Amino acid sequence: MPSDTSRAPRRSSSRRGFLRLAGGAAGGIATAAHALESGEPLAIPEWSRTPGAPSASPPYGRPSPYETLGRRSRTPPAFPGASSTGTPLQHLHGIITPNGLHFERHHAGVPAIDPERHRLAIHGLVERPLVLTMDDLVRMPSVSRIHFLECSGNTPWLGAKPGWTIQESHGLLSCAEWTGVEVSTLLDEVGVKPGAAWILAEGADAAGMSRSLPLDLARDGAILAYAQNGERLRPEQGYPLRLFVPGVEGNLSIKWLRRLKVGDQPFQTREETSKYTDLMPDGSARQFTFVMEAKSVITTPSGGEQLRTPGFREIRGLAWTGRGRIAGVEVSTDGGARWQAASLEGPILPRCLTRFRLPWRWEGGPAHLLSRATDETGYVQPPRAALVSVRGTQSFYHNNGIAGWHVAAEGGVSHAV
Amino acid sequence: MRFSGIGLLACLMATGAALADPSGPVSLSGIGRPATPQILALWDIDVRADGQGLPAGHGSVRQGEALFGVRCAACHGAQGEGGSADRLVGGQGTLATAKPVRTVGSFWPHATTLFDYIRRAMPYDAPQSLSADETYALSAYVLHLNGILPEGAELDAGSLPKVRMPNRDGFTTDSRPDVPVRAGQAPLTGITAPR
Repeated sequence: MPSDTSRAPRRSSSRRGFLRLAGGAAGGIATAAHALESGEPLAIPEWSRTPGAPSASPPYGRPSPYETLGRRSRTPPAFPGASSTGTPLQHLHGIITPNGLHFERHHAGVPAIDPERHRLAIHGLVERPLVLTMDDLVRMPSVSRIHFLECSGNTPWLGAKPGWTIQESHGLLSCAEWTGVEVSTLLDEVGVKPGAAWILAEGADAAGMSRSLPLDLARDGAILAYAQNGERLRPEQGYPLRLFVPGVEGNLSIKWLRRLKVGDQPFQTREETSKYTDLMPDGSARQFTFVMEAKSVITTPSGGEQLRTPGFREIRGLAWTGRGRIAGVEVSTDGGARWQAASLEGPILPRCLTRFRLPWRWEGGPAHLLSRATDETGYVQPPRAALVSVRGTQSFYHNNGIAGWHVAAEGGVSHAV
Repeated sequence: MRFSGIGLLACLMATGAALADPSGPVSLSGIGRPATPQILALWDIDVRADGQGLPAGHGSVRQGEALFGVRCAACHGAQGEGGSADRLVGGQGTLATAKPVRTVGSFWPHATTLFDYIRRAMPYDAPQSLSADETYALSAYVLHLNGILPEGAELDAGSLPKVRMPNRDGFTTDSRPDVPVRAGQAPLTGITAPR
């Protein structure tokens, strides 16, 4: 994390020494650094001399006042409710995104839904069309699974700026434990009629957001999710109910889900024709491009960071694929001339973020950091240029190209692709 | 207290029937209530490409022109040229160029999608406030602005699905993975550090 490493002691020349210090809290590092630099004995701070705040203050806990993370938009939106905000991946650890930092993409604002009045209807080509309350859904057999969610518009094809942080280049990516009822459980309950092949999923927001899913995809682990990381969904994540379809573009995971309609063909909604289709150089457009292909990114060091201390630092990043598990991640510190295998931290789950790490010594010169993921199907994350050679630059969605960071000789880190 | 053997057996059988068989499925029946067409009437608003779901009603290009000025032009421009919201008009012939312009006229494959989207989501500040007649009229006007319908045209559930969109055949399926890269292959060209 940039703010941590920037406070790392200047004289931590050995990896062992650095790791020992880094094992403490950030405040401890700062204190230790001060003591090391000044050579003074460690002081007893005021928080050790008086009892702290009572429990349940507040009842729903909040981050330390020293932590000021937030989501933000890449550019000011014309319609504040029809916009996106990115997750500050450069400041997060492990694979789970805190609920308050999960990226947002809304098309007509965040509705304020009363769960008592919310209903899910399932109808169309089914034997027993139903209307369900939230209580009904919570009674049903449930699953909890950890999956990433990535907007297919994550990582723009054009307009990259050296000043971009990872929040701007890759921030439409998050990962959480999702709890709810498998769609297949409900489909079995209502009885799907012969000929059924697609499901329309529709939100209760002011956009009436709607997408068609193939029935096979809906049966491949999709969840009617009412909880995220152990608590009920946040309003901006679809409270009280969202569809969660693992491994595919985020737009399919319809928030504020109110209706599922089973049909024999796609419904050709605006969001699957004029949007979320990928325009090719020949003028044709690919439709129903669901899967999120293997991708990775280094989260630290990353754009906007200032490396101040030569010596050891751990390169950390995230890798993910919609086609199953990550099989490996390679890291280059010289722009791709040489690659090293990073270590993957388990558990390595399907359709989930996987954390990778590589020990590194920055000796003060320029460096060019890149990562490249391979998934269990053998698919290797391609360079952006290879994608552009096939798709051009106007396809808007599904840019999973290799990306990285340039470290200047004086330690400034900037977006490099 | 005295039991008869048969009575004890019946009691055990009744207890067994009341407990779920751990090896078999548990019925969910009884959860939820039936979704009749009457219950779903206000929600069942989707319109398919073949016209299934279109309501009764009709609207003309001329009616749509007046409505567009009041309900749409502030964001989409007086002639659908775009503004704070998407451009709706023009762009035909640009999709294969370096600067493609994606509009209803140049890109949308189905006219029915226009009706579906206006009905569910437009205008942005008051979605689901337009009548079926108004939605037909606005659909007709936007198609007219794109040269797809003549000025005297009127739309209803019979005629809207028959409108042939210029980019009707412009869509393909997902052909990914489309970039062959083998493990161990030196991948990088054209990546340069910023100045």
